[in-house]
Amino acid sequence: MVSLEISHISKSYPGVRALEDISFGVPAGRVHGLMGENGAGKSTLIRILSGDARADAGEVLIDGTPQRFGSTRDAFAAGVAVVHQELQLVPNLSVAENLRLGHFPARAGVVRFGSLFADVGRILQEIGIDIDPRRKVSDLSIGERQMVEIAKAVMVDASVIALDEPTSSLSAHESEILFRLIGRLRSAGKVILYVSHRLDEIFRLCDGCTVLRDGRLAAHHQTMDGLTRERLVAEMVGREIADIWSWRPRTPGPVRLEVEALHGARIPQPQSFQVRAGEILGFFGLVGAGRSELMRLVYGADPAAGGSVRLDGTSLGLPEPRRSIRAGLVLCPEDRKADGIVQSRSVAENIAISSRRHHSPFGVVRPRQEAATADRFIETLRIRTPSHRQDIVNLSGGNQQKVILARWLSEPEVRVLIVDEPTRGIDVGAKSEIYEILYALAERGLSIVVVSSELPEIMGICDRILVMCDQQITGEFTRAGFSEGTLLAAALPDRARHVRKA
Amino acid sequence: MTTTIKRVLLGEQGLLVLFVLALALVSLTVPNFLTERNVLGLLQSVVTIGIVACTMMLCLASRDFDLSVGSIVAFAGMVAVMVSNAASSIVVGLLAALAASAAVGFGNGVVIAKLRINALITTLASMQIVRGLALLASDGRAVGINDPGFYSLALSRFLGIPTPVWVMLLLFAIFGFVLNRSVFGRNTLAIGGNPEASRLAGVDVDWGRIWIFTLQGLVCGIAGILLASRITSGQPNAATGLELSVISACVLGGVSLAGGRATMSGVIVGVLILGIAENVMNLLNIQAFYQYVVRGLILLFAVLLDNLRSRTLVRR
Repeated sequence: MVSLEISHISKSYPGVRALEDISFGVPAGRVHGLMGENGAGKSTLIRILSGDARADAGEVLIDGTPQRFGSTRDAFAAGVAVVHQELQLVPNLSVAENLRLGHFPARAGVVRFGSLFADVGRILQEIGIDIDPRRKVSDLSIGERQMVEIAKAVMVDASVIALDEPTSSLSAHESEILFRLIGRLRSAGKVILYVSHRLDEIFRLCDGCTVLRDGRLAAHHQTMDGLTRERLVAEMVGREIADIWSWRPRTPGPVRLEVEALHGARIPQPQSFQVRAGEILGFFGLVGAGRSELMRLVYGADPAAGGSVRLDGTSLGLPEPRRSIRAGLVLCPEDRKADGIVQSRSVAENIAISSRRHHSPFGVVRPRQEAATADRFIETLRIRTPSHRQDIVNLSGGNQQKVILARWLSEPEVRVLIVDEPTRGIDVGAKSEIYEILYALAERGLSIVVVSSELPEIMGICDRILVMCDQQITGEFTRAGFSEGTLLAAALPDRARHVRKA
Repeated sequence: MTTTIKRVLLGEQGLLVLFVLALALVSLTVPNFLTERNVLGLLQSVVTIGIVACTMMLCLASRDFDLSVGSIVAFAGMVAVMVSNAASSIVVGLLAALAASAAVGFGNGVVIAKLRINALITTLASMQIVRGLALLASDGRAVGINDPGFYSLALSRFLGIPTPVWVMLLLFAIFGFVLNRSVFGRNTLAIGGNPEASRLAGVDVDWGRIWIFTLQGLVCGIAGILLASRITSGQPNAATGLELSVISACVLGGVSLAGGRATMSGVIVGVLILGIAENVMNLLNIQAFYQYVVRGLILLFAVLLDNLRSRTLVRR
């Protein structure tokens, strides 16, 4: 029986104070919720706990003993196991091999698969996980993989298990199984740290919870008695956050973008929608609902199987990135690192990559003009960088996002701007700057399409919201009809109507 | 004191500093190094590597690889000599060689970019196919040059410097410009830095890669013609192992194998380091077999330096 204590932990990254003097304790045999908005510091705290990052100040105590984690291996040895959102399993090996990786039962170097499978099978049964240890991890569902990851933590006899958004890609049924497993771990006296921003799960599972906001401890509750959803939301969001949206009414112009019966490999049913000039349209849905996939089809990042995209009445045919850009339809992708920035190049280079074709006679670039353009955007978008020569990897997430915005704003005539999760991993200050940029663009007559998983954000900044579920548009709401309940209802698979409200 | 040394060595110009130091040391200690005869000989000895390194730099910068360069150089030499002999026209022979080698490069590019076959495998295949074609063309024998005009190509001088050295210097200038100042060169670096992000930003990634390999073929053709002219014959076994020397030179010059980082000046330094090491060992009468060991050690050292440098970059 072991308790966990977080004591005065602080951590800064260049330009961001990720955590400031965080302290709280969790006794053994309890499930403790760790909540907060994106960027509140949950992930940083988990990284410190797992030995992946080092705190600038403060310490982690396990059973009263201060720990110094130099690496994830140290944390593991001290009995702390973290189940990350991105699972760390070897896909082409069996469940049993994954669970015993590095400790195979062997005789003269030859693996004794019989005893390996038998051992692991027995342990899985003990903790109530019904998965054949012989199956390959690549054949398992995401939920099953999550179970395997948790089993890994149990098998090394971890006393502290942190789960980072474990249900984000699970079905309702899989979540149920996970919750039962968590219950058993609690009875076994483990400390479970449960990171989530899903309130219903927190209320259902947790014995207490801690709320982080902007890297600070916003609240710590030893029990959940007497707590309400509203109070937790208020603690997560904070009062002053309410006006970071500062939405203002606009009068949308004529229809600018018309998507008609578009479908492709990952959007099997034809989908249609329209956006007006000067309008900010939101796409809300749970992870895996198909929002990013639909946006990639509209832009042409993935090939469409059929349907059409029209811009101001002119058809783009089946879109393709270069054609879309030339027509004035651009996308800031969801995964900035993989699809957005060119890591090894400078800020100026990342901005000029597309628009330079307009001012490079005979294919010869003009470095001075590109530098001037970059400097102009560094100033107007308030991109925090020592110079336009800086490699883009050294910028914070919010500033990288602004560089990608600058890439498109340097195009002479952008008409539709699609931004996919524009503020993911960005701190609150930079967020409101990005919203301001989007408002200014909408006022100039651009059509803006915002994809976001954060309800408060999408309700805060959009004029109209389409909700997706299971790769289909399942609801349409104008600003008067925005409410968390109705939007979530349209996003949840079991209650989705699969018809679009007029 | 040690931190200053560290900063200089791991800074942007670290390799250049080392190079200048080594050059000074060699000039002072090795007899006959700084004679006009030796320096020109040195430059002539690196012509093939230097020329091919220009386009290998682009190839590596775009996160690709080309193992077929040595074979294309030999093949181009064979085509140049045999067509010149058959058509009794050097110009026709040279054009045929350039067209044939560009075609091979184009083929590499199409297979890699459009059929999406790994560049290492594709060029490993074409390296063998093209070498085979060169051998088949003459039944494995060297083919002599009929028209003496052909080998005067390598012997002729302009302002006292041999023509092949001029060609190399010209190509250094051209590809330095292409890399830094052309949309094509900037796109090449972007493709190497992040191909998917480049595609979504509107860069024509497929055709960019096809062009890179086509240029690589064409430039190998130039190197092949000059080599044939210097050895006064088309040799199907010429330039074996060239690909590894060229890639070494590029890596020595700070070109990142992960793509996205390259400078022409770095590549030139890399080429010269390889040339000087070999030249000095010749002057000092060191047995040829040691030269392989030394070349390997130099390469390893350069990569270590690069590794240290990128680690300090990340930490900053």
